[in-house]
Parts: sequence; structure tokens; C-alpha cells
Amino acid sequence: MITKTVDSVSEALQGVKDNMTMMLGGFGLSGIPENAISHLVKLNVKGLTCISNNAGVDDFGLGLLLQKKQIKKMISSYVGENAEFERQMLSGELDVELIPQGTLAERCRAAQAGFPAIYTPAGYGTEIAEGKETREFDGKMYVLEHAFKADFAFIKAWKGDTAGNLIFKGTARNFNPIMCGAATVTVAEVEELLPAGELDPNQIHIPGVFVQRIFEGKNYEKRIEQRTVRKR
Amino acid sequence: MLDKNGIAKRIAREVKDGFYVNLGIGIPTLVANYVRDDIEVEFQSENGVLGMGPFPFEGEEDADIINAGKQTITTLKGASFFDSALSFGMIRGQHVDLTILGAMEVAENGDIANWKIPGKMVKGMGGAMDLVASAENIIVAMMHTNRAGQSKLLKRCTLPLTGVGCVTKIVTNLAVLEVTENGFKLLERAPGVTVDEIKAATEGKLEIPDEVPEMILA
Repeated sequence: MITKTVDSVSEALQGVKDNMTMMLGGFGLSGIPENAISHLVKLNVKGLTCISNNAGVDDFGLGLLLQKKQIKKMISSYVGENAEFERQMLSGELDVELIPQGTLAERCRAAQAGFPAIYTPAGYGTEIAEGKETREFDGKMYVLEHAFKADFAFIKAWKGDTAGNLIFKGTARNFNPIMCGAATVTVAEVEELLPAGELDPNQIHIPGVFVQRIFEGKNYEKRIEQRTVRKR
Repeated sequence: MLDKNGIAKRIAREVKDGFYVNLGIGIPTLVANYVRDDIEVEFQSENGVLGMGPFPFEGEEDADIINAGKQTITTLKGASFFDSALSFGMIRGQHVDLTILGAMEVAENGDIANWKIPGKMVKGMGGAMDLVASAENIIVAMMHTNRAGQSKLLKRCTLPLTGVGCVTKIVTNLAVLEVTENGFKLLERAPGVTVDEIKAATEGKLEIPDEVPEMILA
């Protein structure tokens, strides 16, 4: 059996350097790789390009990297809820590329699955398609979008095993599975790391082949962005 | 004239038995409150859940179970979770029957603008461009005019587009309209609203049939 386990977050992030391109899973603050983000802050690597659906909030998630001005460019679909982000974007310190959410997902999946590019109808006829190749299929227009190229993918899963197999929970799944294997090195952090054989192979969402390093994360805060409840 | 809940109530009548429905943020979210309880409908949220239920009871919130508005939610029997690519595959592949979303402007040719105002902080399009480019059945929920009293139903959109020629139906505080080859076609009036008031509030080409019934909201 091939083992993917590393002992610590610092071992998991070995090879991370300035100016690299990183993919980070998560939707809002749900399913973000909290341990990897904390360690990126500690390493103080600069000039990062981050591919992530959102950019965190001021004091959590990718907001922590923004506070320390470690991010040079954000590639996201929606970046509200973050005042420091807005300040850096408006002052020109931060480069921002906004792309449709389904296109973001598919550019990750294309990288994972070995497609150089995909055609999508999203954004056709809008400024998003400006300068891009378009093509008609069966009377409908599509835009050519290229697979992402990234150095590291930081993934958060619920359970994993020493072989790198992953199971996600609820909507914390989001972009995490499709970023696995979409970068040169995929680092998965899990809430519970089990010996190989403990997870039912029928229930695995992502096979270990897509993961290079796995470790059990610590102290998950799992912050809720919009706490909405009803009365009993 | 309708308020936001009234618009949601009218749109709820477009939701049919057996529909899978994607609701946008704002007025569209309210639609779920008014869907008849004798029909079976499943709500999809683009962050990866089908079969969304109501907000959780206090103390039962789960950070791992949220909707596209990042709000804590619950799931109903038969619900499923999936990744973002499958979620948009569901949308792009036209497996979702109805998409309801808000807009800043709609044009008489079905163009929609709802993501960017030049000069203001742009937060992004999220999933809106994917939704409007693919869904066959798109209903826009919005006020007929903006805060300055200007029409939001235009000849051509002035704001950067989200999608082209995609809107099929619009429900506003004043009217229900369909987008046809001849522009906006007036289908229904809101209670107490006259055809002339709708005409005055619509900049785009408006086709007015001989009979324009008042909306039924119940």
C-alpha cells in the first residue's frame, strides 16, 4: 500500500515558495483548509496567486493572508464580505480576476482530468468572453476556457485514510474534490485520519491517487458566516 | 402594487409539481415560503445541495451545511450533496427545471444585467452567468423601477451584461411579463395597478393584449 501520510502541517507544506499559484477549497468559510492557511501565514510566503471561490472574511480564511499582503492575485467568482480585500483591490495592490463559478469549477476539474480547456456557454456575449475564442455548437455559442495550472492544491476533507482516500461532509465538499490532483502537489487535511482499510471503499469520494500528502488537522474553528435559525 | 413578498408569492405559482428549482439571493429566496405544500419540489443550491430545507433550530446549526448565501440550512428527506462541478453540471446540463433570480436591468431582447455597476466595488458574478447561460426557464424577480424611479425594463441594458437573450419571464411589483420576439408582452397586472401605469414604467417595447387580467396570488 502506498502511504501519503505526513506528520505535520509544516511537512505537508514543504516546497511552498514565493510567487506560487495555489488552489484552495471552500465555499465561503465552509470547507476551507484552515490548517494550511494558518501555516501559509506563518511561512509568510509572498506574491501568491490564489484560486478560490471566495476570499474569506477580514479575520478568517484567506482574509488572514490578505492582512499580511501575501496575495498578489485572487481568482474567484465572488469576493464580497471582506473590507481589506476591497481596500487592496481599489488601491491596485491586489489583482483580481472574477470568473463565473461554474467556469471556475470546470477549469479545476479540467486540470484534474487532463483536459487543456473546455467550452462553456457561461459569459458568452459579456465582458468575460472578451478576447477569448468562441465557437458555435448546434446553434449555441460557447467560450473556450483553459484548465488552471497550479503548484499546490490545499484541500479540506472530513475523513481520510493513510492511503490518501477522502470523504467530504455536507456542503463543505464544494470545490475540494475537483481541486484534488489539479495542481502539482495536492495536500489534504482531514478532521479524522484513519488507517487504510477503515474507510469503506464504496464511500470514498476521492481516491488517494489524486493526493500527495495527507495529515490530520488541528483546532478547526469552522466559523459560520451567516448564522440563520428558526424558533422551535 | 406588490411588495417583495407579493412578488415571491406570484412567482411561487410558477413552481410546479416535480420541479427542481434554483433560487437566487434576495426576493427569489422568499419564493420557497409560498410554494404550495401539496406539491413536491426540490430546491438546489449551487454550492452543492439538492433538497434544501428550512433554517435549523437554534443550537442545531452546522458550519458544514450552508446555502449559496452562506446561511446555515437543513436538508429534507431525499437530499444529496455534491461538488461544485457536478452542481453546475446540473445547471448547465439543464437538469434543473426553473431558475429564479434578481436583476438590475432586463432588456426587451431578454438580455440581463445583475452583477456589476461600473465605478462601484464589484463583488463578482458568483454562479449567475452559468445559470443564465444555460437554464431554459428563467424568471426574473425584481422591482419594475429603480430607486430613482427609472425603468429597469429597457430597450437595451446599460450595465455590463450577465447573459444575452436568456430571460423568459419577469415578475415585478407591477406586472407579469413574458419576453417574446416582439419585446415585453404584458401578461398580468398587479392588484390595483393599471395598464397605463405599467406602460409608463416600462422603457422597452411593450406589447399589450386586449385583455390583461389581474394577478392571482393565492
